Amino acid sequence: MAKPLDNRAWFLVLPVVALVAFSALIPVMTVVNYSVQDSFGNNEFFWNGTGWFKELLDPSTDLGGRFFDALWRTLLFSAICLAIEVPLGIGVALTLPRRGWGVAASLVLLALPLLIPWNVVGTIWQVFARRDIGLLGAAVNGLGIEYNYAQTPLAAWVTVVAMDVWHWTSLVVLLCYAGLRAIPDAYYQAAKVDGASSWAVFRAIQLPKMQRVLTIAVLLRFMDSFMIYTEPFVVTGGGPGNATTFLSIDLVKIALGQFDLGKAAAMSIVYNLIVLTVCWVFFATTTRSQSEAVQ
Amino acid sequence: MARIAFERLAHGYPGSSAYALKPMDMVWEDAGAYALLGPSGCGKTTLLNIVSGLLRPREGRVLFDGQDVTGLSTERRNVAQVFQFPVVYDTMTMRENLAFPLRNRGVPAAAARARVEHVAGLLGLSGMLDRRARNLGADDKQKISLGRGLVRDDVAAILFDEPLTVIDPHLKWELRSRLKELHRQVPVTMIYVTHDQTEALTFADRVVVMSEGEVVQVGTPEALFDRPAHTFVGHFIGSPGMNFLPCAVEGDTATLAGGHRVGLPRGYGALAGKVELGIRPEFAAIARDGLPVTVRRVEDLGRRRIARVELDGVPFAATLPEGMAVPAEPRLALDPRRLHVYADGRLAEGEG
Repeated sequence: MAKPLDNRAWFLVLPVVALVAFSALIPVMTVVNYSVQDSFGNNEFFWNGTGWFKELLDPSTDLGGRFFDALWRTLLFSAICLAIEVPLGIGVALTLPRRGWGVAASLVLLALPLLIPWNVVGTIWQVFARRDIGLLGAAVNGLGIEYNYAQTPLAAWVTVVAMDVWHWTSLVVLLCYAGLRAIPDAYYQAAKVDGASSWAVFRAIQLPKMQRVLTIAVLLRFMDSFMIYTEPFVVTGGGPGNATTFLSIDLVKIALGQFDLGKAAAMSIVYNLIVLTVCWVFFATTTRSQSEAVQ
Repeated sequence: MARIAFERLAHGYPGSSAYALKPMDMVWEDAGAYALLGPSGCGKTTLLNIVSGLLRPREGRVLFDGQDVTGLSTERRNVAQVFQFPVVYDTMTMRENLAFPLRNRGVPAAAARARVEHVAGLLGLSGMLDRRARNLGADDKQKISLGRGLVRDDVAAILFDEPLTVIDPHLKWELRSRLKELHRQVPVTMIYVTHDQTEALTFADRVVVMSEGEVVQVGTPEALFDRPAHTFVGHFIGSPGMNFLPCAVEGDTATLAGGHRVGLPRGYGALAGKVELGIRPEFAAIARDGLPVTVRRVEDLGRRRIARVELDGVPFAATLPEGMAVPAEPRLALDPRRLHVYADGRLAEGEG
């Protein structure tokens, strides 16, 4: 039987094309359009070619220096968050009860931070960590430790990282817990029969079985922390100085604070490409290592 | 290697006063091949888990070579267990999988290596030891699970919990015969839980038939076939199972419900409870003389034909001899030496 071939079928994809155009294509092209122009207000634009990109990627310029500073800061922030949240999440998931009423109770408790909107999380921590009236801030200062996130960069970083850990470790826990629950009892029984220590059980059974969910957890946590905006914006506003000015915060400063649309557009394109590249590389390597293992 | 004994052993699960395993005494000889056979929920896996130490019995004791191990954990009992679903450690190679129990027990690397090679040879896995365990088929994974039990030369017993459930039928035969062969080469007590009578009867020297938490018969495959101790064993073993006809017995004569009289090979005293006459379909044939029956249908099993008949309204399975057509007036001939009498489900001992 011949395959029916009818070019009118293309019309059937039109709705999707229109949807993608409105949701992604047109906004992105607007940004691309801005990134190659300069504006002096009055809605007048002048062609600038790749000027903004050259400036952005050259650390010796004003814009470039600022961009790379923010980039390293953001990468450091993501690295710290991952380094704390992933091991902590695995650890907590391993200690969660496996049956009984404790399961539901702990899952609900763990899910609470995930349900709170970003700006509310920021506000909670902004108040919580205040040195004068905040429970945490006042307590730490009361212990004789100088702590003021509005003044010292270290305190600001500790606050922002603690906030992210508080907000998102639960996600890693829940994913790991799901992975752990999927392990049949027979594995644990076999390990018992084989005389495995709990460390050997972790290395030989639990960690390998969690590999897939961990891949997802790391990917999600990297993207979220690399693109973090609202919470540090609410708590520190990027300060003190530029100490917690991450890429997203800097981007908004340039775009809306200084109204440098061209620079901001170029920066957001590069920012976007970085996220895409890192995710793609990460995804490609983990899926390859998994498929190699299946060979 | 060990002789395993149970003393007044019984078990019930928490929150229920009923026995999952009724009180029993039993001894399994060292280096024997035992099968625990019974339908789902009969308590055979419970019993196995009590032997392995994954479950602690509510009552009674478990002895390995006379030593009480009831309170000992699985690790300290030196048993190996092969589970229904093959358990392999995915990220390791086959060699590492086999060496895992030895490494956990601190066996020197050189000795462990030699032991692994030896066991791989027994299992026919020698050439593929450096492959990743994750990509193996279910049968090879099951061999690895078995191998992890065999590498420990001090192992008291190897327990199998329905190990062939997820194996393809054509590989079941291979694995089953390899298991039998292994048992001849490695004299270790093997205990095999299954609900498949073919597996139990081909693997075991002695079969322990269980029903509703109770051991109803322990015996060789022949004994289970020839002299079922309980109507349950008669039903469960054999396909189709044994026939049971309600009757009254007086001396060496049984009177069936329809009034027909059947001569018995032995004399019986007074029997209490529900009395039944049992005979396997193999020893009851359609003939021209005997008890009048109605043939309902004939099943061709390839090697033999089974006639489903009714005898005074009681369904009955009989052999239809080769080359014989169903006669116009079918009759049933019973081999008198193969007749057994059951009272309240249990085999009644006759005299003479």
